[in-house]
Amino acid sequence: MSRDWPLWEVFVRSRGGLGHRHFGSVHAPDAELALRHARDTYTRRMEGVSLWVVRSTDIIASDPADAATLFEPAADKIYRHPTFYDIPDIVKHI
Amino acid sequence: MASPLTVTHAPATSSEAALYDYLLRLGDDSLILGQRLCEWTGHAPALELELGLANLGLDLIGQATFFLNLAGEIEGAGRDGDALAFHRDVLDFRNCLMVEQPNGDFAQTIARQFLFSTWQLALLDGLTQSTNRRIAEIAAKAAKEVRYHAELASEWVIRLGDGTEESRRRMRDGLDWHWRFVDELFDADDIEMPLVEAGIAVDRAALRPSFDARVAEVMEAADLPPPAYPRGVKGGRFGHHSEHLGHLIATMQFLPRTYPGATW
Repeated sequence: MSRDWPLWEVFVRSRGGLGHRHFGSVHAPDAELALRHARDTYTRRMEGVSLWVVRSTDIIASDPADAATLFEPAADKIYRHPTFYDIPDIVKHI
Repeated sequence: MASPLTVTHAPATSSEAALYDYLLRLGDDSLILGQRLCEWTGHAPALELELGLANLGLDLIGQATFFLNLAGEIEGAGRDGDALAFHRDVLDFRNCLMVEQPNGDFAQTIARQFLFSTWQLALLDGLTQSTNRRIAEIAAKAAKEVRYHAELASEWVIRLGDGTEESRRRMRDGLDWHWRFVDELFDADDIEMPLVEAGIAVDRAALRPSFDARVAEVMEAADLPPPAYPRGVKGGRFGHHSEHLGHLIATMQFLPRTYPGATW
């Protein structure tokens, strides 16, 4: 049965103010049941307040073979990191 | 404290005895169905369904714990929910016959879940208005869980009914197994009516119209024929159970009966 079901990627928002993060995947026959399977599989222990599911086949992934072209040029550009000023202690979330 | 195995004490007044019985009915429904659903662990058609069914089962066992603990308090004989669940004999269980029915295939399990949860949701919604504050609080917590159970089960009835030729046949067979156990859910009796008049219990008969409407709605969405109810089979509320319950209880009670007080 499950071998016929498409795969869905699951994204969970842990709490208000945070973005949805990829948690894993579930099999399900359609979108509505994918949400329910995601709920039962990944949010049983209060892990989330919101769920997204998307068909795995709808995810466009970068090619690992392109990693050198895509990501390595950023390696020596330290000036892009916001690390050259002090953050006051009273600023808690940044 | 008296040993939970040698209790002969009965509640002091008849109204307490009725409330004790009522709480057993509520608790045993949830306990027995919870145990049944957990039998799917390791056997469900897909991992996701296994988690889903076990979640439902654990929700129900949680409800049973609240109702049976309260029953034990009302009884006043030193028994808690565990003592009532694991050290009571089959004839003393007060669950309806539907919940003790075997799981059958996935469709038969879903048929039972749809009918039971649809009814239980209406019952719990009513109990949130109970004049007994403890019952109202348990019902409010449980209703949130059961709303999900009812929705999940109806989604599956629709998908199986309106699915392939085989899934449709299995869904019809599953429902046909269970129609005869529906009437018992709405049966009020001399034990409950005084509690209904006191605003503690819900008048079961009053829940029927909304149940019938919801079932009709889902049958139509599932492209399944409307229910044809045979003569209802009853008796669970008075301890007249099918043979299935004894086997379930033997499995459920084996460990605490063999090793009383076992912990790990």
